[in-house]
Order: sequence, then structure tokens, then C-alpha cells
Amino acid sequence: MINDFNYLKPGTLKEALAMYAEHEDCKVICGGQSLLIVMRQGMISPEYLLDIKHVKDLGYIKFDAKDGLRIGATTTHRAIEKSDVIKKIYPVMISMENKLASIQVRNWGTIGGNLAHADPAGDPGAVLIALKANIKIGNAKGERTVALEDFFVDYFETVMDHELVLEVHVPAPEPKTGAAYQKFNLLESDMGIVATAASVTLNDNGICKDVRVVLGNAGSTPIRVKRIEELLIGKAYDENLFAEAGKIASEDCEPVADIHGSEEHRRHILGVLTKRMLKQAWEEARG
Amino acid sequence: MEKRLLTLNVNGQDYELYINPKTLLVEAIRDHIGLTGTKRGCDTVSCGACTVMIDGMAIKSCSVLAMQAEGYQITTVEGLEVNGKLAPIQKAFIDNGSYQCGFCAPGMLMSAQALLNENKNPTEWEIREGIEGNICRCTGYNSIVRAIDGAAKGKYTEAKS
Repeated sequence: MINDFNYLKPGTLKEALAMYAEHEDCKVICGGQSLLIVMRQGMISPEYLLDIKHVKDLGYIKFDAKDGLRIGATTTHRAIEKSDVIKKIYPVMISMENKLASIQVRNWGTIGGNLAHADPAGDPGAVLIALKANIKIGNAKGERTVALEDFFVDYFETVMDHELVLEVHVPAPEPKTGAAYQKFNLLESDMGIVATAASVTLNDNGICKDVRVVLGNAGSTPIRVKRIEELLIGKAYDENLFAEAGKIASEDCEPVADIHGSEEHRRHILGVLTKRMLKQAWEEARG
Repeated sequence: MEKRLLTLNVNGQDYELYINPKTLLVEAIRDHIGLTGTKRGCDTVSCGACTVMIDGMAIKSCSVLAMQAEGYQITTVEGLEVNGKLAPIQKAFIDNGSYQCGFCAPGMLMSAQALLNENKNPTEWEIREGIEGNICRCTGYNSIVRAIDGAAKGKYTEAKS
């Protein structure tokens, strides 16, 4: 049973920020596809619920070749999945969204809500960190932008201090960049038992200039594996190196054991996914 | 907690409700409005039995607050029929034996209709993706896929009673 709460429905972002500032014990709902579940389980029972689903100022997808991609917090997963510009410039986001929960959830759930919920098994976190995304957050006092990799603090915890998610910013990809994402699960629309996102940028000679590997559901937050970056930058295509990177991923993750898999199993799968995603991203970067 | 007044438009008709804001859309539809075609299954956004359409999009009514659905056109399985006659997709489900226990059918029908609204000519794979958020525990998926395929191919253009 969901506990009683007072319902607040602002019309604009300004109103939303003012209402949020007024109430200490207040949770923000947008699509509510994660929030209502934890409220139903009685895990949280806020006194106020601030509904920003209909705040129009935050529903947008903008792309500029220099500035990159800006997605408003209340943009639905489905809008991202159907965006032509994202399909063209950031295809990995489309394949990630395609497998995020079900169509019904993507029709109502939002990117801002997904990130604010900070479930380490969430799909967008790992992919967006691999794409070097930033997140704009704020309250009535002001706004700030943080790198998404610094946004997640722990299970379901972020750096937000009574702030709202306002916007996700993804820089324009450098030339010769490829990215890939895969989650391991039994049903395609389930959350990943583990997941790996990789992004690779090559120079004109096909040497790795930049790389990121981010592990999903492998710890309390998405994990960026910096040791793999040290291993691969400056190197040419070499499948043995990808295998070595996989070994590093298995070592540097911190997965828990649960009904879906033991810790050993998760470490093993993360190694396999890392090897495969690096190969796939590298081949895409080569074009 | 302060009760709230809201107007929900369901199947083209406005309903004025005075509810606790924690009321879920599925509760408003079933318990307050009295349309019990929409089923309440898992209550955790997993099974899809509670699927309805909001402005033509399939959503799970167990995970949307009724307050959030104000201002939209909500369609439930009762809203599929036209002038007392079954819609093509409903006829297709009957002809293909796509009901076994029948519990998933209202949600399946709404996901199927939402798919057909946006994709007139889906491939089998697209049909299967279209109902990925709906679980049928009798596992009658093949007959459901055949029904949607038949409806898409225009085998049931005339709504029959």
C-alpha cells in the first residue's frame, strides 16, 4: 500500500522549483515507473509528491553539431528511442532504449527520472557515462552541471541536495568514435543482471585515442574502469588486449550475489561482455 | 492528505472523481469508474494486464497516478468496440483462439491496438516486440501473434458482432 501524501502539480519549472523549496519531505515524480514501485513497497513515504510530468519546459531533445545533445529531464524513453537525430549521431542510445523495460514503461518513464532514481541496474547510466555525459541539476537557488560519472554516489543515491534533474548533456562525438552496449539477462526487457557499455575513439592511424568502459549493475553505481583506459590508449586493434581488458573488468567490478547470479558468475559475464563490447565499439569506430 | 477533484476522460466520456491522490489509474478505472475490463495483475509494472492507452500510447495503469492522467484521452478494452460491435483486433483474437484463461487479454488487446495505430504493417518480430511488456501465463503467444498479424493484414476490417 502506498502511504498517503499531498499532491503538488506545478505548471512551470519556476513553480516546480518554488514548491520544491517550500517542502522538505518531498519526492519528485515524473513517469513514476520506478518511484511508485518503491512507494508501494513502503520503502519511502514522503509527505509531499511533486509531479513534474506536465512541466513542458523540460521536455525537449536538441542537437547541435558543436554543443552536442541536450535532453530535457521529462523527455520519455520512447521519445529518445524514436528521435532521428539520436539514431544518427548516438545509435548506441537507441539500442539501449530499445531494450529498456517494455514499451509501456518507455512511453511514460523519463530519462531524468531514471537517472535520479540511481538504480545501478538502470540502462542509461552506464551508456551515458561511456558517452561522457553531464547532468544539469538545480533548485530555486541555482543550477549546476556535474559529470554523470560523479552524479551517482551509492545505491539509489546521487549528489543531489534537494535538487531536481533538469537536463542531460551528451557532447558531440569525436570523429572515428564507436560505442556499444549490452546487458545480460534472461528476458530482453528485464533489468540487466550485469551490463557493459564501451566507447572507443581512434586517431587517423587507427590507434586508440580514447576509450571508456562502464559496467552496469556491477556495484553500487555504474563503474568506469579506468585501468582499461590505461591499457588501451595508444594501442592498435588487438583481440588479446580486449581479452586482457575483460580480465580487468572482472577484477575491478564489485557485484553482489543475489537470486539472479552469484558474484563469480557476474564477474565472469562482465569480463566476456567487456571483451565483446570493446571489439564491437572499435570496429564501429573504424567504420 | 487532501482529497482531490479530477476529471478523467475514459473511452470518450468524462468522469468526475473525488479521490485520494495516491489512487492509481487502474484503481480509478476499476473501483471508481467501474470499468472492470482492465485487469490488475502484478502491480509491479511487469505483467501488462493493466495496459490501457493514454492518447493512443500503451501504458501500464498500475504505475501511473490517476492524477497524472487528467487531460488525456484514456482508452480501456471497453473502448475498443464500436457501436456495440467488436473491433477488428477483438474479432481476430476470438478467431485465433488467443484467449485461454483470458486474464492477459485486455492488456494484450490494448498493446496490440497501440502497435497497430503506429505501425500498420508490422513484421512478426515487430508484433512480438509490441507485446513484450505483456505476459501470458497460459503461453498462448503464438495465437496472439497470429491474431495481431491477421488484424494488421486486414482480415478483420469489418467489425462483426
